[in-house]
Amino acid sequence: MDITELTVHELQEKLANKELTITDITKAYVDRINDKEKDVQAFVTTLTDEAMKQAEEIQAKVENGEISGKFAGIPIGIKDNMCTKGVKTTCSSKMLENFVAPYDATVVEKLNEENIINLGKLNMDEFAMGGSTEYSYFKKTKNPWDLRRVPGGSSGGSAAAVAANMVPWALGSDTGGSIRQPSSFCGVVGLKPTYGLVSRYGLVAFASSLDQIGPITKDVRDSAMLLNLIAGHDRRDTTSSEIEKKDYTKALKNDVKGLKIGVPKEFFGEGINEEVKKKLEEAIEKYKELGAEVEEFSLNVAEYALAAYYIIGCAEASSNLGRFDGIRYGYRTPEFKDLKEIYKKSRSEGFGAEVKRRIILGTYVLSSGYYDAYYKKAQQVRTLVMNEFNKGFEKYDVILTPTSPTVAFNIGSKSDNPLEMYLADICTVSVNIAGLPGISIPCGVDSQGMPIGMQLIGNKFQEETILNAAYTLEQAIKFRENYKPQFKGGAN
Amino acid sequence: MQVSKEEILHIANLARLNLEENEIDQYIDNLQNILNFANIVNNAPIEGLDITIGTNEAKNVFRKDEIEVFEDNKALLQNAPSQEQNMFKIPKVIQ
Amino acid sequence: MARSDYEAVIGLEVHAELSTKTKIFCSCPTEFGALPNTHTCPICMAMPGTLPVLNEKVVEYAVKAGLATNCEISRNSKNDRKNYYYPDLPKSYQISQYDKPLCENGEVEIETKNGKKTIRIERIHIEEDAGKLNHDDFGGGSLVDLNRAGVPLIETVSKPDMRSAEEAEAYLRKLKSIFEYIEVSDCKMQEGSLRADVNVSVHKPGEPLGTRTEMKNMNSFRSIVRAIEYEIDRQIDLIEDGGTVTQETLRWDDVSGKTFPMRDKEDAQDYRYFPDPDLVAIKLSEEYIENIKQGLPELPESRKQRYLEEYNLSEKDAKLITSSKYLSDLFEGAIKVCNNPKAVNNWIISDISRILNETEMEPIEIPFDSKQLGKLVVLIDKGTISSSIGKKVLTELFENPRDPEDIIKEKGWIQISDEGAIKEVVTKILEANPQSIADYKAGKDKALGFLVGQAMKETKGKANPQMLNKMFLEELNK
Repeated sequence: MDITELTVHELQEKLANKELTITDITKAYVDRINDKEKDVQAFVTTLTDEAMKQAEEIQAKVENGEISGKFAGIPIGIKDNMCTKGVKTTCSSKMLENFVAPYDATVVEKLNEENIINLGKLNMDEFAMGGSTEYSYFKKTKNPWDLRRVPGGSSGGSAAAVAANMVPWALGSDTGGSIRQPSSFCGVVGLKPTYGLVSRYGLVAFASSLDQIGPITKDVRDSAMLLNLIAGHDRRDTTSSEIEKKDYTKALKNDVKGLKIGVPKEFFGEGINEEVKKKLEEAIEKYKELGAEVEEFSLNVAEYALAAYYIIGCAEASSNLGRFDGIRYGYRTPEFKDLKEIYKKSRSEGFGAEVKRRIILGTYVLSSGYYDAYYKKAQQVRTLVMNEFNKGFEKYDVILTPTSPTVAFNIGSKSDNPLEMYLADICTVSVNIAGLPGISIPCGVDSQGMPIGMQLIGNKFQEETILNAAYTLEQAIKFRENYKPQFKGGAN
Repeated sequence: MQVSKEEILHIANLARLNLEENEIDQYIDNLQNILNFANIVNNAPIEGLDITIGTNEAKNVFRKDEIEVFEDNKALLQNAPSQEQNMFKIPKVIQ
Repeated sequence: MARSDYEAVIGLEVHAELSTKTKIFCSCPTEFGALPNTHTCPICMAMPGTLPVLNEKVVEYAVKAGLATNCEISRNSKNDRKNYYYPDLPKSYQISQYDKPLCENGEVEIETKNGKKTIRIERIHIEEDAGKLNHDDFGGGSLVDLNRAGVPLIETVSKPDMRSAEEAEAYLRKLKSIFEYIEVSDCKMQEGSLRADVNVSVHKPGEPLGTRTEMKNMNSFRSIVRAIEYEIDRQIDLIEDGGTVTQETLRWDDVSGKTFPMRDKEDAQDYRYFPDPDLVAIKLSEEYIENIKQGLPELPESRKQRYLEEYNLSEKDAKLITSSKYLSDLFEGAIKVCNNPKAVNNWIISDISRILNETEMEPIEIPFDSKQLGKLVVLIDKGTISSSIGKKVLTELFENPRDPEDIIKEKGWIQISDEGAIKEVVTKILEANPQSIADYKAGKDKALGFLVGQAMKETKGKANPQMLNKMFLEELNK
């Protein structure tokens, strides 16, 4: 038995019936990381020694009855933009290369309460700005299916680590598709919860009104379980919603009979790769076979939403990233003659080009004379997008689209063209703009053997509906049983 | 809208960023491209629509006026590039 | 052209630190004077990933201030970010309010030498204070202390309705007294909890308004008055010499008594205000506002009226006492103890006011409480001490406040009212001053005063003066 092949719910079963111990599990993952990290480069910080030590402690405590709980001793990986007390949180930026947060993010606290073991902090595009993880200051993470390709981004380290079995599951964050798109590229399950379902406290902000933390997992059941752990109101985040606690695993009925699925034709038009379209059509057929009612409809928001996304996201980012000024923490330029030089040189040297591009765009659209033409319009577009989705949800329970127009592309092929990179977010950003939940699950591979992701969008706080729809298809097509990452193109 | 060199330098200054002479054209180009694209918002059917700031409709989420002391004061300064007397040290600022 | 041909136009932006226990967006204490950076946490230090949560008292206090200054209260309000870089501003944006302040369109009435005048208030909004820069004496740098970062402020913006430094001062005193009365701010100017930015321009009446300059962060009445007067003169001189006033921010230097342009002028400001996406909307119900309105305490104007009617104070005295909540509370508290409003009034308007003036102390800094003042009056009324000893007790109360009874015991200031003891002194003084006896008998009444004075000197002021007088007369007329 390869322990690292198992899902978390399978690990729990084997822990419960004593087939495995907590230390067996952590040891297997530590070995796997030691074996694969040189190829995949998913981690900014590995905590293998700490994890082993922790596993032994937890094992002992479980044995003498000090602690119990289904998640005690389960390992995890955490995207490196969530604050972890005592462990570096870098956002994959030179700016925060040596930054150690003085507190734990709310989600991290919740994992700690369950005695979940942190295997390390996962690579990402710098400050979560990008769709390929190529914009990390430290390293380029590789796609486990083909090491010459990107894992997607910005949560590329999280998705790649889950796909490569280096962690059983991981936390990612999603501002415009940063959980769903890398999950799609790496053939894993990624869920962006409704805005407000998961506390953002301790998530280093990119765009406050769009950011959400969510699970990246091997299957839908694990996704529901991790969501159970992290969802809930937090008094430290006023944008987190006070909604009743749910057990999302209860929604997994393996039944979509009568489920109304809307397929917006605009999301299948020009720019969507033919092989992607074909696999999505197969998935749609499958849903029909399973008894769902599928219908095409018009949802003409994608381009407006994408434009609004870059305006709003960058505007908020330009302000959120103002605090990196070289005074209280973070990178400070070694040579300066006055305060202004500390600011300008520290920020210019500490941020990468993509981050600077977005800060400049965001500063521009907020500056006097342009606010009304861009920022205010984008906020109105946001209302439009929400209204259009509302109309859709009057008729449908779920909206089905591709997660990304293409499969994972080659490293270096897009990083020189920012606009082209931005356009790749076309299928995912509307969901953030409208604050809705969206899940990406693999629905097949293309002719090159690269995974293709399907996105299911639900109405606000209807995670149960999309989880069940995703679960039902997953059970029908058995992607994990049929396809595995091959680590193609590697040195060995 | 056409972005001038003067304008991008003004924006960079507002954002406290230096642009090297050889980067300026590139940044203008990038900004111009994305602005041209972002202009779509000006063609959207949004007349009469309210603005949306955030998708959370909550209101009046307040905190009680009760003191909670953050205990780990040391950790708050541990990342400081330069400090003295428990304060962050910077070059002299004349107000 | 004569100076009197010009009219000054003055507007004030007054920042008052609210007297909440905790900061506006985190639970750190607001208390003044702590060791550097000990009243901080990840939130007010702007650590990555932290989020603000609005203190409910801040909204309540701002609404109180708005109601007390006759503002309309916004039912629908929000927080905005004001973006700029400065080392005392850790997030590089200040959470403030831009287009939807909590309170708008208010007014207060001031008294000027030409009678009553209404000053309009444009808005009152809530925002966070910045930290403080200290100078490093040795290393030649500056040191950032963020204890004050995130302390809640209300900014009250007046219309440019004032025409002289005196009016500006009267307006500021009025706001200060209102804020003190409704207990939203302690308004301690020397601690910076009340500060004003002053806008000044000059023009000839009937002509368009002149270009204005702004003087930032002034925190004493004296410097505000001096700075306004200086700036009015400077602008008139400039125009008279054919120059033009430039719109700029100035720094008032108290030592040289001049204004100087602030540095860093090369940066054209563009604050890029936008709604803070980390905070949700503030929507106030009629019920909420009504409740606050009902709970508003008595304001100075109505207290003054009451003093005129109930206690028969003069208009002038009542105005002085009610100008400060602390004086007014001192007055009312002391009366409760001694039931002698006339006497308490006299103590406050004469001796206490004099000491405040001499020591440049604000009423809030008076170290003793109203009970102690009341006790002092009781001791005089009962004849336990004389009023001249009373003055000494008051000085003692300012220096080391404690129960006046303890003071007079400690100091041995209890009045001698024992007949035997008085008689002894009288006999002694008469024996030592035969010439005075002769003078008196020769019709020089002044000699009596001299004898009494001698007796007081002998007893260090403790002898009961009425008894001394009586007994000397008895002896001399024998």
